Amino acid sequence: MNTPIDLSRQNLPVTPQTVAAHGLTPEEYEMIRRILGREPNITELGIFSVMWSEHCSYKNTRPELKKFPTNGPAVLVKAGEENAGVIDIGDGWAVAFKIESHNHPSAIEPFQGAATGVGGILRDIFTMGARPLFLLNSLRFGPITGDNIDTARLVRNRALLRGVVAGISHYGNCIGVPTIGGEIAFDDSYEGNPLVNVMCLGLLRHDQIARGTAAGLGNPVFYVGAETGRDGLAGAAFASRDLTEESKKDRPAVQVGDPFREKLLLEACLELLATDTVAGIQDMGAAGLTCSTCETASRGGSGIEIDLEKVPKREPGMTPYEIMLSESQERMLIIAKKGREEEVLRIFEKWDLPCALIGFVTDDGIMRVRCGSVVVSEIPARALADDAPVYYREAAAIVTPPALDIGSVPFLDPCLALPELLAQPTIASKRWVWEQYDYMVGTGTVVPPGSDAAVFRAKEANKILAATTDCNALFCRLDPREGARHAVAEACRNLSCSGAEPLGLTDNLNFGNPYRPENFRDLREAVVGIAEACREFNIPVTGGNVSLYNQNPAGAIDSTPTVCVVGLIERNQDITTQFFKIPGDVIFLLGPNSAEQSSLDASHYLLTLHGRKEGLVPRLNLQLEVHLQTALRNLIRAGLIASAHDISEGGIAVALAECCLGPGSGLGAEIALDTHDRRTDEILFNEAPSRVILSTPRGSAQAVENLLTWRGLPVRRIGRVLPSREGLMIRVGTKSQIIFPIDALRDAYEAAIPSVMKSCRD
Amino acid sequence: MIRCAVVQFPGSNCDRDCVAALESFDGVAARLVWHKETSLSGYDVIVLPGGFSYGDYLRCGAIARFSPVMHAVRQAAHNGRPVLGICNGFQILCEAGLLPGALVRNRSLNFICRHIHLRVETSASLFTHGISRGAVLQIPIAHGEGCYFADADTLARLNENQQILFRYCDSSGAVTPDSNPNGSLESVAGICNEKRNVLGMMPHPERVCDPLLGGTDGRRIFDSVFASLASGADPSATAL
Amino acid sequence: MPSKFLIHIMPKESVLDPQGVAVLQALNHLGMKSALSVRVGKAIELEWDGPADPADPALNQICRDVLSNPVIEDYSIEVVR
Repeated sequence: MNTPIDLSRQNLPVTPQTVAAHGLTPEEYEMIRRILGREPNITELGIFSVMWSEHCSYKNTRPELKKFPTNGPAVLVKAGEENAGVIDIGDGWAVAFKIESHNHPSAIEPFQGAATGVGGILRDIFTMGARPLFLLNSLRFGPITGDNIDTARLVRNRALLRGVVAGISHYGNCIGVPTIGGEIAFDDSYEGNPLVNVMCLGLLRHDQIARGTAAGLGNPVFYVGAETGRDGLAGAAFASRDLTEESKKDRPAVQVGDPFREKLLLEACLELLATDTVAGIQDMGAAGLTCSTCETASRGGSGIEIDLEKVPKREPGMTPYEIMLSESQERMLIIAKKGREEEVLRIFEKWDLPCALIGFVTDDGIMRVRCGSVVVSEIPARALADDAPVYYREAAAIVTPPALDIGSVPFLDPCLALPELLAQPTIASKRWVWEQYDYMVGTGTVVPPGSDAAVFRAKEANKILAATTDCNALFCRLDPREGARHAVAEACRNLSCSGAEPLGLTDNLNFGNPYRPENFRDLREAVVGIAEACREFNIPVTGGNVSLYNQNPAGAIDSTPTVCVVGLIERNQDITTQFFKIPGDVIFLLGPNSAEQSSLDASHYLLTLHGRKEGLVPRLNLQLEVHLQTALRNLIRAGLIASAHDISEGGIAVALAECCLGPGSGLGAEIALDTHDRRTDEILFNEAPSRVILSTPRGSAQAVENLLTWRGLPVRRIGRVLPSREGLMIRVGTKSQIIFPIDALRDAYEAAIPSVMKSCRD
Repeated sequence: MIRCAVVQFPGSNCDRDCVAALESFDGVAARLVWHKETSLSGYDVIVLPGGFSYGDYLRCGAIARFSPVMHAVRQAAHNGRPVLGICNGFQILCEAGLLPGALVRNRSLNFICRHIHLRVETSASLFTHGISRGAVLQIPIAHGEGCYFADADTLARLNENQQILFRYCDSSGAVTPDSNPNGSLESVAGICNEKRNVLGMMPHPERVCDPLLGGTDGRRIFDSVFASLASGADPSATAL
Repeated sequence: MPSKFLIHIMPKESVLDPQGVAVLQALNHLGMKSALSVRVGKAIELEWDGPADPADPALNQICRDVLSNPVIEDYSIEVVR
């Protein structure tokens, strides 16, 4: 459908009110006037407002993000250069991966918000020339259980969870990219502002890396994919504002995803990229046509000229402003090589997708937009894409919370506390969620959701990849720098437990309004923490996403700098899971376990069973962490390890239970722990870092102990694996043994989420 | 060399998985065939893979059945060549009338991806003749609309002709309400046509053809097909 | 006898309707060029304890808050009896 464009509003006057309504400051407006050498028209104002929104320009965070280490011998495409970073995995193969948020759209319309989030990150990956292999997601919601929480709140939060999961399931399953892992947590601070962070990884050969560049004077510019409608108008700007009751009125800004179209677009683009016809390719994500045209031109050091009359449209009477700012999904901009137009058209015709020649590359550095003979916008591409203002926000002073007074924490009987912790939705099994994702399509999923890290074999490349997402937001709320260091260390630990060597990291910084000094301080601290940890692990940050203005009427969310780390496993036999394997295997605790670390500060025991977010976040010794993980991987490669599981939320007791709850009827264990003169709940539930539960065949136990001791690493034999019927038996010091039947633990762990989510459906 | 065609509809997404699984058998070659092709001559086995053809919009398989290639699929089925529809492929075969019944929304209304158990109900088909009756296979499902439905007469006929090849069961082989993951009538997981050369099944045998991926029970179904082709047996001779 | 409504739920005019687009393309591929546009919605039969008044605020609230998703769908109410 190519209907006339409505030009009647093109000459609307630009008033201070219009400028403010676009979220631009008077100073920013002055900059625009200087760049243009004249007043902008309304379309140009809209274009600047989206390109200079936080979402596109990182104007509040750019100086901070520069602190990340982004180089490394394996880095093929660096953070910020293209849509996603690319890392070498050997033998001519590489992976492209990135995480991105869709928090605000999901708050307004959970199903479509989450679905289009998946669509967007997939396009970021296949734009690079990579075939998407798998997805992970990191989700945060308000509480879905709790006796003293208002039922209406619980119902609302469950509806959000249900909608987001259904949206991810709908889009990911339909397009046939498996969702193989991730994490979900629940906390008051996400009430009304859920977090939906989705990560995608794709596989490509080094020589297949595609660039988002408009180069080559006269090269034709194609618009391919779905028609443009009024979807998500100004969504990018929308993502950069506080969520309030008012934003419900913003509802029409939410776009609808079409995974079927995206599947066709994916196949068509990969087929096209395998030919030699493409000079540049860029997806139309936030700010659609605007962003893709000016960014490709800026990267290519060229100009670009497009004619909006030629853009495929879904609705009649759209204005140039609407067409340029539309966020309709499943669209791509392709800069072909001159003379190869027929090949482009032929491939998109095969896949039944609209494909229109809308313009060409110029050499004057200008992004010129026409409607037939009328020029509606003329802006220097580089200034628009790269010269957004940069702000150095005010950061509040760093506050370290005081240590917990353990005397103020009532002792809870571990017999009750452990099952209760296992039934906390943040800790409990997420099977109800991941069984709604097709986690097997692609026939590469070796370790499905539910273990420390997801493991995927890339058939074509004959490589085994592992990936995990992590963030302990309670740590990050109390101490963002230390919390962020923990996030990186824990993600790497999860990989090491799976037998994988960490390769690179992508981060999603979810924070509140940066204009509030305490929020900006937290963001800055978290960035420093991630950067420190990455340097210590010697892994690059390959890109990511910043999501600000995550607020609800009660204030900002707990700082949530989610990290996703990708690793490589050398050989099939090195793939390791967290579950105990055979009765009789010896169980070790690897890592420090001294008295001073055995406190309940910032623990989930304190948070969920006592309702207290407080204490001093455990200090992380990064050198020790790296050393320990290297040793662990060496033990795994030496074939000495049967299972490995990292200790995190819920402490050693929860970790041991998780080791027991393997496939089938699971296994039991007999465990003895030192007291260090501490309370039993401190020993069982403290969340001191750098600790791993290992099990090894009896014949390997001595070798494991010797090798670790020889490397100077703290290790202690704490027990042995038993048949399931014996249960999990834990003795702390000389106190009497506590016995947990495996079935009871499994019931607590498995039933928690389905019991509240199924109520109205099954 | 046995030649397999894996039909690629717009929105198919297990097409490449099927090719990889089929090619892991000795003496088997598999090729993707685009749905706009009109001939399947030269292929010994036709596979309609899983996925979301046309996004599963309108009804699962409702649009794909009009694809140009479906005429050739019909002909292959008529000529007794093995035709295997997996998941979305099963839905397409039902919509195309090559198999009776229909697949509707799961009872839970949720998409379900899970390893489940299947009981082999008869060895009398191209697809099961190498497997003994009552054998239990572990094969995953991944679908939102896999609840098998047919009217009482159709169901009676399927039973009478032993056209039900697989039923959902527990690990011991017992067919119980709890072991039925999607609410299918009589726990039906896979059926064949009267000539016994067209099979539709919701579970994904191609996903369990490699021990690294958690099982190899899917190989037993493909082995049956390839063995009967290699022996030159006339599929109609495997009838009851 | 209770009154009865047929409630039509349709994707909003300006919202993409992926189903409609796919069905239209399929119809055109089948050579049915007379098909110009397809939108796919839902029809819901609702029996109602009350007068057959399509303007009933309670009825409209159900349509708006439960039966449709006002973010992306419009509804209309037809009186059957």
